[in-house]
Amino acid sequence: MRYIDEFCDPGLAKRLVESINRLSDKEIVLMEVCGTHTMAIFKHGIKKLLAPSIRLVSGPGCPVCVTAAQDIDVARWISRQKDVIFTTFGDMIRVPGGASSLERQKGQEGADIRVVYSILDALDIARNNPTKRVVFFGIGFETTAPSIASGIQLASKQGLDNFFVYSCHKLIPPAMKALLESGEVKIDGFICPGHVSTIIGAKPYEFIAEQYHIPCVITGFEPLDILQAILMLVKARESGQVGVEIQYTRAVKHEGNVVAQRILAEVFEPIDAVWRGIGVIPDSGLKIRQEYSRFDALLQFEMPEMSDKSDLSNLSDCICGLILRGIAIPTDCPLFKTVCNTENPVGACMVSLEGTCAAYYKYSP
Amino acid sequence: MCLGIPVKIMKISDSLAVVEIGGVKRQASLALVEDVRVGDYVILHAGFAIQKVDEDDARESLRLLEEIGICDI
Amino acid sequence: MQFDRILLSHGSGGRLSQQLIHDVFLKELGNEILDELNDSAVFNVAEGKLAYTTDAYVVSPIFFPGGDIGRLSACGTVNDLSMSGAKPFYLSASFIIEEGLSINDLKTILMSMKQAADEAGVKIVCGDTKVVGRGMADKVFITTSGIGLIPDGIDISPRRIRPGDSVILSGTIGDHGIAILSQREGLGFSSDFISDVAPLNHLVASMLDEVGNDIHAMRDPTRGGLATTLNEFAQVANLGMRIYEDKIPVQDNIRGACELLGFDPLYIANEGKLVTIVENVAGDRVLACMKRHPLGINAEIIGEVVEKPEGMVSLVTRIGGTRVIDMMVGDQLPRIC
Repeated sequence: MRYIDEFCDPGLAKRLVESINRLSDKEIVLMEVCGTHTMAIFKHGIKKLLAPSIRLVSGPGCPVCVTAAQDIDVARWISRQKDVIFTTFGDMIRVPGGASSLERQKGQEGADIRVVYSILDALDIARNNPTKRVVFFGIGFETTAPSIASGIQLASKQGLDNFFVYSCHKLIPPAMKALLESGEVKIDGFICPGHVSTIIGAKPYEFIAEQYHIPCVITGFEPLDILQAILMLVKARESGQVGVEIQYTRAVKHEGNVVAQRILAEVFEPIDAVWRGIGVIPDSGLKIRQEYSRFDALLQFEMPEMSDKSDLSNLSDCICGLILRGIAIPTDCPLFKTVCNTENPVGACMVSLEGTCAAYYKYSP
Repeated sequence: MCLGIPVKIMKISDSLAVVEIGGVKRQASLALVEDVRVGDYVILHAGFAIQKVDEDDARESLRLLEEIGICDI
Repeated sequence: MQFDRILLSHGSGGRLSQQLIHDVFLKELGNEILDELNDSAVFNVAEGKLAYTTDAYVVSPIFFPGGDIGRLSACGTVNDLSMSGAKPFYLSASFIIEEGLSINDLKTILMSMKQAADEAGVKIVCGDTKVVGRGMADKVFITTSGIGLIPDGIDISPRRIRPGDSVILSGTIGDHGIAILSQREGLGFSSDFISDVAPLNHLVASMLDEVGNDIHAMRDPTRGGLATTLNEFAQVANLGMRIYEDKIPVQDNIRGACELLGFDPLYIANEGKLVTIVENVAGDRVLACMKRHPLGINAEIIGEVVEKPEGMVSLVTRIGGTRVIDMMVGDQLPRIC
């Protein structure tokens, strides 16, 4: 078993689609919280297989998209400082800040910005360049943050004194709560993120079922996973049974990954964070704890006051915020395909490959 | 939001492993998982194994999927 | 005096330049026309339509599994000529060399250039060398141009694409791009990746012999990959392309590398593959003919030309869904999302 091809079986997919469509006589709105689900749904052409009564809307689940413009401006500022090697996941390199992106910074001002696959690669760079200050751009949700925490612990153990993390991590359950509190979206079911849940387990979603009476299914990323989750949500509505179910059982335990949770909690503590297009969400970010503060890039560099604090202030027509909240779809935006495209993205939803706008732009006519 | 792929553990030394997918090998950290052995599959994300893939659960899922199709038709 | 590295003086036009040309370039690439060292290569041509093309090659690293910049620069131009149906015969080659390049490396590059030219049956008949200071170039840049003769009656152009035509791909995709990437620092993954860089002119010649003008369009999906080439066809022809995910050959290790990095093989560069659009009734014959050639063993009919949507490429996924395949935007980067 390779755990990929088995979950792409066309025969099973066809039967699942038929089962779903048979049960879909009235409209149902399902939100995939996770951008990787958005991508997978487009990549496998799932929307076009389903009855039109099944509406899939995308939520705020792309850590790249929701990184605030001002945080990218801070990252750009750090990358310009003397003797700095700025390391980042490839995802962040083209995301526009208030004025520019890391990619342009690199091209136009010659900043030393390197794409890495893992924080471990950034640690190697720090070891190999003892006279430089190596800064890692910490982005990602609960899936990624434990690896960053582990990297920081490793740096601490090895006594690396030229390695720093600029933490812009975000947490998913607080964002889902904020979304529901806003009361703006009508959602009949959540397709919950598989790999975030690998870490946090099922418990953090229980409030959604209990307080908001919306069923949740923690879902994997292959086509059969997604189709099965949709069927489970459609059936949950039929039966009126509301709870948190795990479809992605092969990788998600009810309690999550407790080792990863422990390491995460040792290094980080929750903090209020600004989400692009949404605003401040309480306790939705991660700050490096006092004990590891010598690795905190924010304390290492004397940051000037960033002039542009207002999120998306210069992108007045961009409706990324509404899209990230699931209220609008990309084609509602006046900039979509006219000014804003994957080569010249205005808002963040167009930048990340898994951003809703990029997915619409790339995969639908 | 998070790409994670199932990879097979080929070799373990301390908290580092060599993992494989489709004949491609890469180093991965095992710092976030416990009780994994050579031959196990893990979900790999950003260079870290974040969970062991449960073969029994995977087989059970596939069995259920087979049933969905058959019972409903 | 012998040197083991290229110096700025090797590009000065003086004695060292001459030495470099005689002892290195002519030794490796020499033939009766190049050996003349005239300001221009002079030769006779047959009556008919000529094809003429040029391309610059920069690649890092310059040596990679399955080839090097020398082989790449010869094959690339041979292939560009072949894609218009031309039988290539002469190439030119210009070198911009960074001061400090090892002369042994240069010799290796020239030898593989010669070998690729021999495989293709073409000659390198003129060239030029310049040396620039350290940091002004990345080891070596090569520009090759080439000319070839288009056989009578052959007209290969995307404008001839018609609805119903078959789309045929000559083999697995992604091999070159991933072989290059695997050599770059920082990604840290390994497998026995081998670039597919190869001259395609003999494969093309046998296809033309088989069905002649039933081949409507042909292109080698290099930078931007298969997705970009098909989009170019669709736009020029103002027709749609429908291709099938399960028909597109991808080697296991390329698929694995793509999963690891979050890449889509449809956008990865190839240097020894072609995609051709042929008259529907000739599809099976072309395919059989390609499969008889070593560079076309894994050829597949991957889809067909459709009327709508115009200018777009759609992919029927393994589970029967459809999605639009866009042109590539920027390089693919390893990602976590």
